[in-house]
Amino acid sequence: MDKVIIANNLSLAYSSDDTIINKVNFSVDTGSFIFITGASGSGKSTLLKSLYGALKPIEGSLIVGGVELKSVSKKKLNFLRKHLGIVFQDYKLVKEWTIEKNIMLPLIINGYEKSVTQNQVDSLLKHVRLQHQVGKYPQELSGGEQQRVAVARALAHNPTVVLADEPTGNLDDYSSQLIWNLLEGANEQLETTVIVVTHHIPETMKVNYKHYHIESGGICEVI
Amino acid sequence: MKSFKNHLSLVIALVSILFTIQVFTVVNRSIDAYKDKLTKNYSLIIVSQNKLLPRELKAKVSAIADVIELSPDSVIKKLNIKISKNNIELLKATLPRFYKLKLGKYPSPDEIKKIRTKLLEIQSITTVESFSATHDTIYNLLLLFKTVITVLAFAILIVTVLLIFKELRIWQFKHNERMNIMSLFGAPTWLRSAVLFRLAIVDALIASVLNFGIFSYIASSSWVSQQLNTIGIHIVVFNTVNDFLSGLVIAIIVSIFLAAFIVIGQKEEL
Repeated sequence: MDKVIIANNLSLAYSSDDTIINKVNFSVDTGSFIFITGASGSGKSTLLKSLYGALKPIEGSLIVGGVELKSVSKKKLNFLRKHLGIVFQDYKLVKEWTIEKNIMLPLIINGYEKSVTQNQVDSLLKHVRLQHQVGKYPQELSGGEQQRVAVARALAHNPTVVLADEPTGNLDDYSSQLIWNLLEGANEQLETTVIVVTHHIPETMKVNYKHYHIESGGICEVI
Repeated sequence: MKSFKNHLSLVIALVSILFTIQVFTVVNRSIDAYKDKLTKNYSLIIVSQNKLLPRELKAKVSAIADVIELSPDSVIKKLNIKISKNNIELLKATLPRFYKLKLGKYPSPDEIKKIRTKLLEIQSITTVESFSATHDTIYNLLLLFKTVITVLAFAILIVTVLLIFKELRIWQFKHNERMNIMSLFGAPTWLRSAVLFRLAIVDALIASVLNFGIFSYIASSSWVSQQLNTIGIHIVVFNTVNDFLSGLVIAIIVSIFLAAFIVIGQKEEL
């Protein structure tokens, strides 16, 4: 099976004297569903940031979608990010845009036609049960609703890889289940690789998944 | 309302810049028009023992636009009651010749001194009357007026630039978040900054139109026409095409500079 992510002796740090991830090796198969768990501050979110190029490796190599991220150019990084769908812990929705325009963002960046864009947004809004909130701004929605918009945005352009940082943190069961359904649907129907950083793996998961655990700067698969 | 607020602060700063530049232009036009008017009324009087040729005078002093010989008749007329016709002719032949010199532009006191020295180098010229006391007072008054307006315009421009830099920081804070999010989804620089440049150009357009409105109103005001008529000058307060276009270009340059500064200064969040 093709590897969409390959990490060799990967080390990550925010400053030279504080290594968070230390010489880890792992790879991710295309179309797989991965959970990454670990205690708070263990480096789960740091690892995820490195996967979309927000943090460059200080040592080793990290290849995502065929792009080496240690010495990546801005142009190549943009190219990679166009094929990623990212769900941020703090949602990162554009406050001055309506929720439809927020969901449209990756479609606009990827140059989709307006008619396709509108259909896709309408369909996603139905999936995340937010069709009644059309025309509203993120700050007018609850945390759970904002998170659903963030997930819809991440899936809008049918990305190759979805990276989700605590996508159900602080959400009620209903919102959480909607989000897991969406991520599982993308993985099953579109063979999207899904990597989720979380504290808690839901018991209701229907798809086969791999579970990695981060501890003391290292990563190991939990079987 | 939100959209209006987004535009307001930059539009005010831009209108302030355009207003200052236009006021400065109008003052300069007024001073130039007044100088032209003074030039028409101003002349030097020279007294020569011999007849002078205008061509020679103009060759010696390039600032001379016209040479008019003054007839002694008006002076002699006052005397002719007691003097015979023959004696009058004799008197005319012995009298020196008087010339009025018109200049091409309103001269500075230094220029007058130079003209005076050059004219006195001609042997037959005995006297040069430049009416320097009146001239220098008017010239210095115009100079003072121009200097005061320049200093005032400069001060307003400095305050406005400071205002724009403050606005720049607000814009940086306001737009950085959106540009960062777009960057995380792979948007190229032009797409990330498109909104910013569009906003900058729209604000420049609004400011130019407002400036156009303000000065069109001022130009059509009867009070302004009355004031200009009082000092005897006619100027174009606001040239609809040239002044509007130059204002628009200045506003676009300033706002695009502002937008470019934000794009260059954008820092990606980790």
